[in-house]
Amino acid sequence: MKFAIQVNEGPYQHQAADSAYQFTKAVLEAGHEIMRIFFYHDGVNNGTNLTTPPQDDRNIVNRWSELGKQYDLDMVVCVAAAQRRGIVDEGEMQRNGKDAQNIADGFRISGLGQLIEAGIQSERLVVFGD
Amino acid sequence: MSEQIKKFMYINRRAPYGTIYAWESLEVVLIGAAFDQDVSLAFMDDGVFQLVKGQDTVDVEMKNFSPTYKALGDYDVTNLYVEKESLEERGLTLEDLMPLTYEDEDDDWAEKDSIRLVSRAEMADIMDEQDVFFSF
Repeated sequence: MKFAIQVNEGPYQHQAADSAYQFTKAVLEAGHEIMRIFFYHDGVNNGTNLTTPPQDDRNIVNRWSELGKQYDLDMVVCVAAAQRRGIVDEGEMQRNGKDAQNIADGFRISGLGQLIEAGIQSERLVVFGD
Repeated sequence: MSEQIKKFMYINRRAPYGTIYAWESLEVVLIGAAFDQDVSLAFMDDGVFQLVKGQDTVDVEMKNFSPTYKALGDYDVTNLYVEKESLEERGLTLEDLMPLTYEDEDDDWAEKDSIRLVSRAEMADIMDEQDVFFSF
């Protein structure tokens, strides 16, 4: 089955980010397809490479990056939500005159149309949030 | 943009201010309107407060985005289901909500109400007919 995932909460603050990861991993290991993971609201904070959790805790951001690399996942951070919360890639850095970027490996910044498209093209859109 | 038409429902469960969910949900609805899907919005729990008229956010320094709901008709978003029990539990009636209308192109552009008051049981039936939910 073709799934799309929406993540609405940030890492560490809310378990939704963990549940989304665990569900995504289980879906892939069961042989199904994840056509896109869309990060919205505070969920965009799953995609910042500035995260530095204590060493004895899980690294939620790196975990996404590794899963994304292993399965060639399309991990999309909403641009409007990202701009509000300071998640920046090379293009956004230049467009908005910022002096840094922090998008984590495997993530890309794009528009809300990507979420709607995921709803249309997937067989199941699964939302993780509060 | 897509040949496939699905029934999309946006579920609004939060108060308009306090968290950003309501505002960012509305942003998805506006973008999504360009995709020519069969769209409806559900307002339940504290989400019914999003439609209350006379919102004044000056003192809390939040952007008052409530006028945006009035534009939904122009985006062909014309099915706004409001759960009756959620209104009643909060001491609200339809009179407390903004009048939201659209012009029906299939009926000589007659102005019609976008808000449809439904019971909790009816809401469950409406949800049962949907293909995709966005829950905010």
